[in-house]
Amino acid sequence: MAMANVNDLVIGGRIIKAGNSENFNTGDWRSFVPIVDQDKCIDCMTCWIYCPDNSIVCRDGRMSGIKLTHCKGCGICAKVCPKKAITMKEE
Amino acid sequence: MGMDIAINGDNAVALAWKQINPDVCAAYPITPQTIIVEKFAEYVANGEVDTEFVCVESEHSALTLCTTSASAGARTFTATASQGLAYMWEMVPITASMRVPLIMAVANRTVSGPININNDHGDVMSVRDCGWIQLFSENVQQAYDNSIIAPRIAEHHDVQLPCMVNLDGFILTHAIERMTMVDTADVKSFVGEHKPLYPLLDVKHPISHGNMDGPDFYYPHKYQTVMAMDNALKVAEEVFEEFYQLTGRRYNLVDEYMCDDADIVVVILGSSYGTMKATVDLLREEGIKVGCCMPHVYRPWPEAAMAKIMNGKKSVVVFDKHLGIGSYGPLFPEVVTAAVDLEEVPKMYNVIYGLGGADATVAGFKGILEDVAEGKAEKMTYLGVRL
Repeated sequence: MAMANVNDLVIGGRIIKAGNSENFNTGDWRSFVPIVDQDKCIDCMTCWIYCPDNSIVCRDGRMSGIKLTHCKGCGICAKVCPKKAITMKEE
Repeated sequence: MGMDIAINGDNAVALAWKQINPDVCAAYPITPQTIIVEKFAEYVANGEVDTEFVCVESEHSALTLCTTSASAGARTFTATASQGLAYMWEMVPITASMRVPLIMAVANRTVSGPININNDHGDVMSVRDCGWIQLFSENVQQAYDNSIIAPRIAEHHDVQLPCMVNLDGFILTHAIERMTMVDTADVKSFVGEHKPLYPLLDVKHPISHGNMDGPDFYYPHKYQTVMAMDNALKVAEEVFEEFYQLTGRRYNLVDEYMCDDADIVVVILGSSYGTMKATVDLLREEGIKVGCCMPHVYRPWPEAAMAKIMNGKKSVVVFDKHLGIGSYGPLFPEVVTAAVDLEEVPKMYNVIYGLGGADATVAGFKGILEDVAEGKAEKMTYLGVRL
């Protein structure tokens, strides 16, 4: 990536707009991707509680998949799943 | 105009800050700085200032607290010396890179080892490249004046950098001198209201400070600090002029004495500048045309002003109160760099003197300058060392 233009930056590396970490696509970092077996999932939402990047999609009280934009592939969801419904696959 | 008082350097700095009445002060005691915060704590306890005084467990915490309080938007000051500055070191460049204009008095003392509590510039030279503005003081008056001038330079919106006010340990911190005060009302109107840029406590505009930078951003942010330092040269000159209008006391990027017609120019920092002026007077009586100068602003390095003073001189003698072990003193290469673009580069000498409080006397200075005048001096002299 090219160096940022000096004149475009706020001094001191300050981020002057709140709530913009969503724009930082940490999904780029991933080398393992979580795969969900919906037949085994019991919608206990343990993965939702543990996921550090809010990547577990919850709809109508059900675990509805994983949004990969910010998923770093850390594997915590697979580790904590009581039904072993999530497995990590190398990308 | 303020009245004349008898006061030591540490108390003079504390007095300036009492008159400024900052929002926050956090510091940890260390000789020879202790009197500054001790006295200031007394002002706080007596209700003479509104400052939030925070007792911390170390210098590292002191500077961390001050950096964050300045980020929050508070006018903040602290003080340290020697090992205390060394213990702060991790935070020193962070403070500058976060672009917070806090002010720190440094009661210059050598760094161990061997363990020694006396004056030289070993402490402050270790942080000269960290992005702080640095002002040097010749006497108690200047330690006081610099304390009033510093926030104006540091807080200027084209600068926004922290600033150190250096005063020689014991020689200035503990010696009582006569000094002319500035009236408190004048100090307040001169320093003015603190208008922080993007303060953290501006709750209507939530922002974050001290973020991590990847390679694409680290270097550009560092370059912004370089630009701010360049701006500080111009701002310093403007503030000096305004201070002169207020007090009649004139400071320059480089203060000079008898340099105009001199063949030999001495460059020296801090209280020794006064000793050197006395030496110049004696040498002038002998017919040796010597002058001396002190970079009042050491960071940003006033290269153009330095070059102008050296232009057309036969010799330049740089006195360093610090040792670059295995190389020259820290001031010497910078003065040489300022001289290389001159049409005729003067002969350059480096004198290391006064380490760990070793005597810095008129007789010692006079001897080496007579050697320079007679062409007998070595390029590098360790003044007073006996073999």
